[in-house]
Amino acid sequence: MKKNKTARGYFLNTAVIVLLFTAFQILTAAKGSQGAFKLVLVPSIWQCCYLMVLAASLNLVLGFMGQLSLGHCGFMAIGAYTAALLSLACERAEWFDGKNDPRFLAVLIISVLAAGLLAALFSLLVGIPALRLKGDYLAIITLGFGMIIINIINNLPFCGQDGLALGSAGASLYKNGLGFGSKAKVQFLWFALAVTILSLTLLFMFVRSKYGRAIKAIRDDEIAASASGINTSKYKVLTFAYSAFFAGIAGALYACTNATLSTSSFAFTNGGILNSTFVVVMVVLGGMGSLTGSAVAAVIMFLVNYEIKNGQWVSLLPASLSGIFEYPMLVYALVLIIVILFRPKGIFGTYEFSLQNLIPDIRNAIKRHRAAKAEKEEAKANA
Amino acid sequence: MPEQKMPVLETRKLGISFGGLKAVSDFNIKIFPGELVGLIGPNGAGKTSVFNLLTGVYPPTEGTVILDGKPLNGKKTYQFVEAGVARTFQNIRLFKQMSVIENVKAACTKDIEYGLFAATFRTPKFWKAEKAVTEKAMRLLEICGLADVSELPAASLPYGRQRKLEIARALATDMKILLLDEPAAGMNPTETAELLACIQTIREQFGIAILLIEHDMSLVMNICERIQVIDYGQTIASGTPSEIAANKRVIAAYLGE
Repeated sequence: MKKNKTARGYFLNTAVIVLLFTAFQILTAAKGSQGAFKLVLVPSIWQCCYLMVLAASLNLVLGFMGQLSLGHCGFMAIGAYTAALLSLACERAEWFDGKNDPRFLAVLIISVLAAGLLAALFSLLVGIPALRLKGDYLAIITLGFGMIIINIINNLPFCGQDGLALGSAGASLYKNGLGFGSKAKVQFLWFALAVTILSLTLLFMFVRSKYGRAIKAIRDDEIAASASGINTSKYKVLTFAYSAFFAGIAGALYACTNATLSTSSFAFTNGGILNSTFVVVMVVLGGMGSLTGSAVAAVIMFLVNYEIKNGQWVSLLPASLSGIFEYPMLVYALVLIIVILFRPKGIFGTYEFSLQNLIPDIRNAIKRHRAAKAEKEEAKANA
Repeated sequence: MPEQKMPVLETRKLGISFGGLKAVSDFNIKIFPGELVGLIGPNGAGKTSVFNLLTGVYPPTEGTVILDGKPLNGKKTYQFVEAGVARTFQNIRLFKQMSVIENVKAACTKDIEYGLFAATFRTPKFWKAEKAVTEKAMRLLEICGLADVSELPAASLPYGRQRKLEIARALATDMKILLLDEPAAGMNPTETAELLACIQTIREQFGIAILLIEHDMSLVMNICERIQVIDYGQTIASGTPSEIAANKRVIAAYLGE
């Protein structure tokens, strides 16, 4: 019976994903050339895509394994630069001719995979020594790693002026390599969605296997986990690498959305949205231990960020209030404080949104709510 | 007598010092297959330190632990478990946020053979292994009387059942010897009786050896075949329950002279 239920769940999810995907394709075909759709909605979806993958991948380490890593954007930066440089190198070698060339798709896929693999490789380099540490110490060392990566990339000499010169990849990325203009973003929207869905699915599969159980055991009690025969350092390093793989992929998607790349977007200095604290805020907001929560929180934080930067209402506020929006980092910190104060578990807690269990879950929640209410009334009546 | 058989667990001159303090010294014990041995002593005598030595949590500063004739020097805790030593803790250490059945399944991790590829792409091998591990976990939960709460979070169980879950989790590692650290601590007489029945069932079904630390004297005297008493890290007596009950040094250690 249980197996049937699992199979039905897979079928349901696949069906809904295929349906939504097709609907999106039709919508894109119909509205692809219209201004607002092309210039606002599609770039926003691209951004949400990589934020979702990034948040979900950090949740694996932070929420499921309970290890605070503050260097996640370092892995994202590695992924972004790997993908950008690889595609640029392929273009220079004339392996494809423009973005309509079917060979470009192959280059795109290879770039994304390479981005993930290189990020995973670097995570092993950091993870093997660093994961012996716990709590604050791990946070400090990963924070340091994130900064080191930015500095290394800043000082890489190759590719010259058209490619990567001292940390910033020039405009040729936009024309020739990965960097997608608004037309290409519409054209390859399906690719961003597919990569996101696939990444989230693979993260789910990891969590719902012996690996997920092992890392949750490590989170709950590391001593008991090793006394239950779990090789804690092995599972920690493996999970760190698996997570970094998807952070790298998020980086590759990020590279696609940008005409140029600059390391400053991954650093703490600019108050942009790609520093590691922003990712931590997403994970905490969504719920540590809920991948669907991370996906939802990624969209919410994207909207918060978008409104801060583009919202009309900001200019209507009195100057004393709107001042804070000049410093988005302050707003994110505020969001984090509010979440911790009023809903420390995050929006979802450890609950995973599931199509199959949606109706029974709602029914149970109503039942629980009613029971609690009845109990309260009874207590009142007794008093 | 069991002396002809090979002991499942043996220690030779086992000891550990923390700085200048000798917490355990010259600890020798032989436990034979199927035996239930008690380890008692006043508070702070070094019982839990012995357990930590036997499970590789502390590396011994002298002596060796030998399991099935193989020394375990320099091994890590998870390797002790792989070799066949499992334990419970004095202050319950469950995986609190995980469900009851997940707690047991987590302890099966080392025996699940599929790799990362099979797990992420859900190959038939994955489903087969997962089915086997679910069945095994349910069987253990039934033995410990926890089958009805298998999907609840572990932290939501009452105290007595949390203890049993810890035992079920230890059983899931397929050990040769089970170390129970004060399993009846903080239990009322009914819960203690239930636990006793649970331990008996486990012995009958699995035929494993058990080493038990306990303060509840009636429990120790009832079920242990042999008892070893330590005080200030030193063995002061060992023998059958009736011998121990009559031993003057033991009485002196517990009650003062």
